[in-house]
Amino acid sequence: MTNELLTTAIGQIEAEAETRQGAQYVETFVPFAKMHDFMLRLKEDVTLAFDYLICVSGVDHADHMQMVYHLESTLHNHMIVVKIKTDGRDNPAIDSVADIWPTAEFHEREAFDLLGIHFNNHPDLRRMFLDDNWGYPLRKDYKDDIHIVSR
Amino acid sequence: MGIIKKKQDIEINDYPPVELHEGGSILLTKLDDLVNWARSNSLWPLTFGTRCCAIEFMAVGASRHDMARFGFEVARATPRQADMIIISGSINYKMAPVLKRLYDQMADPKYVIAMGACAVSGGPFYYNSYSIVKGADHVIPVDVYIPGCPPRPEALLYGMMQLQKKIRRERNFSRRKKAK
Repeated sequence: MTNELLTTAIGQIEAEAETRQGAQYVETFVPFAKMHDFMLRLKEDVTLAFDYLICVSGVDHADHMQMVYHLESTLHNHMIVVKIKTDGRDNPAIDSVADIWPTAEFHEREAFDLLGIHFNNHPDLRRMFLDDNWGYPLRKDYKDDIHIVSR
Repeated sequence: MGIIKKKQDIEINDYPPVELHEGGSILLTKLDDLVNWARSNSLWPLTFGTRCCAIEFMAVGASRHDMARFGFEVARATPRQADMIIISGSINYKMAPVLKRLYDQMADPKYVIAMGACAVSGGPFYYNSYSIVKGADHVIPVDVYIPGCPPRPEALLYGMMQLQKKIRRERNFSRRKKAK
């Protein structure tokens, strides 16, 4: 599907999704409460059929955190970017999509390890790279006097 | 027998009576030269590539820049059979105890080459990095440092030849002449 058709199709699935055309792909902002159902319908809808979750990224903004999901359909060969904002930075929590796309299990563990975003209903949420009492290094306000020589 | 000792333990009375003059007799210096020649021409590296410099190390092992012509091509996977460890790549704080354990498991005489900017000093990750050790010599003693990011294969071969020169200067059986 072309980007315009994708935009209308997503508007039909979820009325509250704000879709716009990014540099290359269609970007969709979905409110946090409707996120899991929206992702499920993205995968199960036959005309959209997003069965390949390419990448799960976390972004640290000044007052909130954001998760970015790059999805592709191997059947129809189209890609989309879904962005979800959490409320606040203190205890950011998002529903996990590991039951929809199993690859998200490790991606979300990495986001939890490095950014501190908690994922609800994740099958095995624990740290992956760092020790248990390390902070969250990829946050913008991370301070570490022992290891970091800052410049 | 008493002939094979570490250099710092050799006292002047330990030599057999034939060793009465400084510098050691021709027998022992030639024995030293022979042993050093043998060691320097068959330094088997331990396969220890953590990052991009390992690709350049593989290029040195490949056919164009051949390290087999120096005698180094037998790269052992186990530290017990390796003579030297080429630290090609950056060392994390998570990897540092592993590196120390591998170095401890190697048998003497063992040598260490720090290849690439990350192993020399932390490289591009010296500033603002929470996870890279700022130089492999924080973990194990290093003999030869090869700068570069990554160093060209010719640079790695030059570093290995410098290590060969360092080994040929060693004195295990004879003594250096005392300074006047």
